[in-house]
Amino acid sequence: MANTPTNSTTESPAQATPLNVMAAVAISMAWLVPGAGHLIQKKFVRGLLIMVSVITMFSLGMAMNGKIYRPNTGDLLDMLGFIGDIGAGGLYILGRIQEWGDVAIAAAASDYGTKYIVVAGLLNLISVVDTYHIAIGKKQ
Amino acid sequence: MIQTTLINTMTLHSLTTSVPMLLALQLSHFSAAVIFALFASIVFGISFRSDPRDMVRHGAYCFAMFLGLMMLAAWVMRFLHR
Repeated sequence: MANTPTNSTTESPAQATPLNVMAAVAISMAWLVPGAGHLIQKKFVRGLLIMVSVITMFSLGMAMNGKIYRPNTGDLLDMLGFIGDIGAGGLYILGRIQEWGDVAIAAAASDYGTKYIVVAGLLNLISVVDTYHIAIGKKQ
Repeated sequence: MIQTTLINTMTLHSLTTSVPMLLALQLSHFSAAVIFALFASIVFGISFRSDPRDMVRHGAYCFAMFLGLMMLAAWVMRFLHR
């Protein structure tokens, strides 16, 4: 009697499709180019603000001699750093191709730069989720 | 002991010479934190609210909280350091 089911399945968002073509394209674009997922859904101001924010943070991180993490199985913080970095998508790929961020962290500014690069990736991941919510109609 | 010191000095020297520090942007801790707070607040405001007015409000709130907590943490660390 105490375990009476209270959740009603009729309340579930039946009209919200979990993944459609626009959502898949928007997610991919948003990951590869920060802000592009919003731009292709005609959210121009939001897209430009996200693009400027993520690219500027990544660029400042590079300018401060920040490190770009490679795939690794060593220290836990290095693995988490790689997960954060790869969130930047195209910027991360570009950095690896150009061999940017292949430095030893020897100064405080370099440490700040490393954190900037990681956070740029994490902010881009947040914007990817937001893009998905817009694409499935959960958010305007 | 002398050998260890020498090796450490050489390692430090090789580390510092391999990094092109002359071209590195040098930001203070405070300015780095303010720039961080600004861009993080912009993305937070856009991502966590639906209405444009609420986005601006939430972004401003996040920015103020970032700066306020940063100041608070700085004062706490200052008193703990004494």
